[in-house]
Amino acid sequence: MHEREPRRPNVLWILFAGMFYISAFTFGGGFVIATFVKKRFSDELGWISESEMLDLIALAQSAPGAIAVNVSILVGWKVFGLMGMVVSVLGTILPPMIIITVVSIIYNLIADNFYVALLLKGMQVGVAAIILSVSIDLAIKVIREKSALYDILMVVAFVLSYVFKVNVVILILSALLLGASLAFLGRKGAFR
Amino acid sequence: MIYLQLLLSFAQVGLFSIGGGYAAIPLIESQVVVNHGWLTMSEFTDLVTIAEMTPGPIAINAATFVGIRIGGAPGAVVATLGCIVPSLAIVTLLAFVYYRYKSATFMQRILKVIRPVVVSLIAAAGIRILVNASGLGGAVDLVAVALFAAALATMRLSKLSPVLVMVICGVIYMLLEIIVK
Repeated sequence: MHEREPRRPNVLWILFAGMFYISAFTFGGGFVIATFVKKRFSDELGWISESEMLDLIALAQSAPGAIAVNVSILVGWKVFGLMGMVVSVLGTILPPMIIITVVSIIYNLIADNFYVALLLKGMQVGVAAIILSVSIDLAIKVIREKSALYDILMVVAFVLSYVFKVNVVILILSALLLGASLAFLGRKGAFR
Repeated sequence: MIYLQLLLSFAQVGLFSIGGGYAAIPLIESQVVVNHGWLTMSEFTDLVTIAEMTPGPIAINAATFVGIRIGGAPGAVVATLGCIVPSLAIVTLLAFVYYRYKSATFMQRILKVIRPVVVSLIAAAGIRILVNASGLGGAVDLVAVALFAAALATMRLSKLSPVLVMVICGVIYMLLEIIVK
């Protein structure tokens, strides 16, 4: 197979430019970004095989934090080690940082305007609808797993969070511990 | 030590937002609104609205937005750094395990148990945003409640883009308020 070996600054520049472009123009969550990263670096450039890219995306989803950032860490590392990782992450986070900086300046100037305030108020209602619609989709997926454990966890977590205002971090840590012990038991064959 | 606070707060967001995307919302709310009072619930909801309309992960958007308000440009950089450092550490570790054993099933199993909890946390945050925006539990804003019902029905029944639904909500609300009052 023909090995492609571009010059070093070239690789880093293509990596940075690719991530910057994808991050600047891709709306929608981490999954959308991951698709575009695969298209650019697997399909077009051929730097990472398709199956490895899919594994990297699965890894990025398993780790905490933004999926887009996680994917760019893994791709950067794979392509050019530590320098690749730094360059790739910078390419990913710079566009939102620049855009939000501009938006926050504008926000401070116009948020108190009568019409803008009304517009934002209406959009807040829309955002609540979007988040709850996403929650319904996610909840349906959990229910389809047909596991009493997951259903109970969902109800208990909601009551603890909404009614009793238990700290979010405590709830996630508890779930992590429970998940780890179940996964450990499952590995030994005690849970199936 | 505002910079240290920003760094540590957003490191917690980065560390505990498991499951991507919307999972960060309850964590950002907990850090920014509840723990530190850097934003009011209304400003936080505006932030989520802005994040929804602009590209980029919501955690990075939030870190930049809050960082600038609290500590200027250095605040934005420090908060964003806090956001990605946990990812750097854990992703590198997972990648090491993956290349060694070529399997990510242990982590996938853990994720399956965390997911139902995260779903509930997102739903709870969504309801708090709704309560804040519509005045439920206080002086109820009937226009907002009706608009919410219509928006939710639209989201469930059509494939309209969320951003479009949000903008339409904003415009309808503004027009109704101007006409009625």
